[in-house]
Amino acid sequence: MIPESVSLGELERDALTEIVNIGVSRAASSLRKMIGDHVTLSVPSIDVVSQRRAARLISEREVTELVAVRQGFSGPFSGRALLIFPETNSLELVRAVTGGELSAAEVLEIEHEALAETGNVILNSCLATMANMLKRSLSMTIPEVLRGSGATLFEIDDDMPADGLVLFLYIDFAVRKRDIRGYIAMIMDLPSLETLKSLLDEFIERVVNDDA
Amino acid sequence: MPINVLIVDDSKLARIVAGKALARLQPSWTKAEAGSAAEAMELFGRLHFDLALIDFNMTEKDGLQLAAEFRALRPEMPIAIITANIQDEIIARAREIGATFVAKPVTADGIEGFLSGAALRLRTSRT
Repeated sequence: MIPESVSLGELERDALTEIVNIGVSRAASSLRKMIGDHVTLSVPSIDVVSQRRAARLISEREVTELVAVRQGFSGPFSGRALLIFPETNSLELVRAVTGGELSAAEVLEIEHEALAETGNVILNSCLATMANMLKRSLSMTIPEVLRGSGATLFEIDDDMPADGLVLFLYIDFAVRKRDIRGYIAMIMDLPSLETLKSLLDEFIERVVNDDA
Repeated sequence: MPINVLIVDDSKLARIVAGKALARLQPSWTKAEAGSAAEAMELFGRLHFDLALIDFNMTEKDGLQLAAEFRALRPEMPIAIITANIQDEIIARAREIGATFVAKPVTADGIEGFLSGAALRLRTSRT
């Protein structure tokens, strides 16, 4: 059962999808600039689920180990954003962002930090665009690179029960020419969700009244 | 004397990318790189720099704090804050300390305005 105060109305859900879409498109355009190839995106999926279910949503679809760049955000709403892809894609992504100028040994050497920086650029452009649209500011942590299964990546906070509800957003992205694919995922906790709901209402009002 | 640029970013990849854009637009300029605000301050005390490209999102001290310190020491130096964090508030804070905002990932197109503006200002101040 989802408490009434955090369930999103139809218009709120539309508004959130729209904002996420714009944020992710901006992120995709950053990735495109970094690797020089077209990036395709799916329509965002938005669900209120338990932490445990969020972890399963990704791991059910991926049998291999995953690599993720995770960045926390806090402000009027807070949570974590992740750039996730199968571990087998990791070096290909590093080769793509370094422009194919490095030797195999150099690619390995720079892998960790190139992933962190790529995640930083992509997640920041997505989150910052969303913050601007909602007219609020968010602070972002330094990105960290994680490896493991879906369960490790969505590691449950100590202060939060695993069956606690979160807003889970994810989008598939793919770079067809390079055989790179992955997800951009965002998890927001419940108190944040209530704030987000009121920010969405403000956003809807601005759009509807067209006071821009 | 060639124009000397300080590139500050905790990511080596980001320094490579910024360095490439710089080399493409201003091949005769020289550069030095710092991986943290502390390292940047150390270099700044030892060498002469004409302009600085500074990443915002760094551990310990962020790029805006570092830029403000540079600004206090060298009020006229052109400074660019480079970040994918394109929030209105960050852009406003960069503007407050008289720094130019450049969005990450850095491309030659994206940084051209800042570099040519800086070149012009440096030429005028040197004559």
